[in-house]
Amino acid sequence: MSNRSTEPDRGQEVRIEGARQVASSRADLQVSEDHHLCPGCGHPVAWRILLEVIQELSLAQRAIGVVGHGCYTNIVRMADIDFLQCLHGRAPAVATGVKRVQPQAAVFTLQGDGDMASEGLAEVLHAAARAEKITAIMLNNGVFGDTGGQMTAASVVGQRTKTSLEGRSPELHGYPVPVAELVASLPGAAYVARSAVNTAGGVAQTKRYLKRAFETQTSGAGFSLVEVLTMCPTGWFVPTAAGPGYLSDSMQPTYPTGPLKDSLRPA
Amino acid sequence: MSPTVVSRGTVTIDVERCKGCELCIPACPPGVLHMSSEVNRTGYRYPRLSPGCTGCQACHAVCPDYVFEVYKYDRPQLTEVSPGPVPAVGGAE
Ligand SMILES: Cc1ncc(C[n+]2csc(CCOP(=O)(O)OP(=O)(O)O)c2C)c(N)n1
Ligand code: SF4
Ligand code: SF4
Ligand code: SF4
Ligand SMILES: [Mg+2]
Repeated sequence: MSNRSTEPDRGQEVRIEGARQVASSRADLQVSEDHHLCPGCGHPVAWRILLEVIQELSLAQRAIGVVGHGCYTNIVRMADIDFLQCLHGRAPAVATGVKRVQPQAAVFTLQGDGDMASEGLAEVLHAAARAEKITAIMLNNGVFGDTGGQMTAASVVGQRTKTSLEGRSPELHGYPVPVAELVASLPGAAYVARSAVNTAGGVAQTKRYLKRAFETQTSGAGFSLVEVLTMCPTGWFVPTAAGPGYLSDSMQPTYPTGPLKDSLRPA
Repeated sequence: MSPTVVSRGTVTIDVERCKGCELCIPACPPGVLHMSSEVNRTGYRYPRLSPGCTGCQACHAVCPDYVFEVYKYDRPQLTEVSPGPVPAVGGAE
């Protein structure tokens, strides 16, 4: 189903004499620029590059997204592609079914860290172990953002959340789960990478990784996963402008960015 | 003689969509974006552009609210600036 007819038309295009447009506010697969996510939230940045990648790989007509529950789920309101929403954490299992009955579809999950690492860790690990030809995307902001910023399995040691006001303590709460590393250790995983959207360079890197993940799927090589670190200034109790720095100082030491596994790369 | 600033690109800024997060300000390599003192209808301050944009699209990449469109000039534009605070230019307001 296309959302396009229900949305107001794109505003009048601005023409600037002697200049050509190199970046539009709206990606081709985006039906609206409006969303109600918090100021400084990193998720909408990831949404747009995901849509750009699907468009650039000519997958728009056969892309099917499977989302869980979280702030990131609001992508379904602004993207002109098909989506299914399923039980919290179960997206890799549902995506498995979709891909098996529609092998030509480009099937991806979009999940949060609460969704993938806390609620549904078994789902993503088993899907990777089975070498399902799907692409799993985790937007990791270290909190259950949508429900008010509680600690997740991915919150880093020392992180203050609504349910760890003194900071996550290894003694009391244990250690964070590094999903990308766990998945990369499984033979069924063909491509695994972690990136961050806190800088323009990180956004470009995220786009390259997402592209590679979808190429892994369409080449039939196996399971692919991209973990994207995103800002949640609301759940981190920091001013919006401090979000990118909080991500690099607090999250990246635990979650280093870069490719972890690439089976498509020539040996 | 007043100094001249070269602009190889420019941006439009949809100020009503801006949520004032300020992520675009440090992301701009030549530092030609700065926050307004006025607020939009929602009550947020928003970025304004001074001469010197390169059209690099960094602001566009990091903005969570899809506020920017970026343009490249066919020929670099020269703006004479008087010494002191730089004037704001552009922006679809
Ligand atoms: C089975 C179940 N448990 C709990 C919830 C409540 N719930 C909705 S969204 C959410 C938080 C999701 O956190 P995350 O996946 O990290 O996404 P974020 O909001 O941080 O983007 C929770 C716990 C639910 N919808 N279903
Ligand atoms: S709570 Fe966090 S993840 Fe949710 S919209 Fe706000 S900043 Fe984004
Ligand atoms: S396009 Fe680049 S130089 Fe121009 S305002 Fe945006 S970040 Fe600054
Ligand atoms: S990044 Fe976007 S929403 Fe944030 S202040 Fe800049 S223009 Fe406004
Ligand atoms: Mg989260």
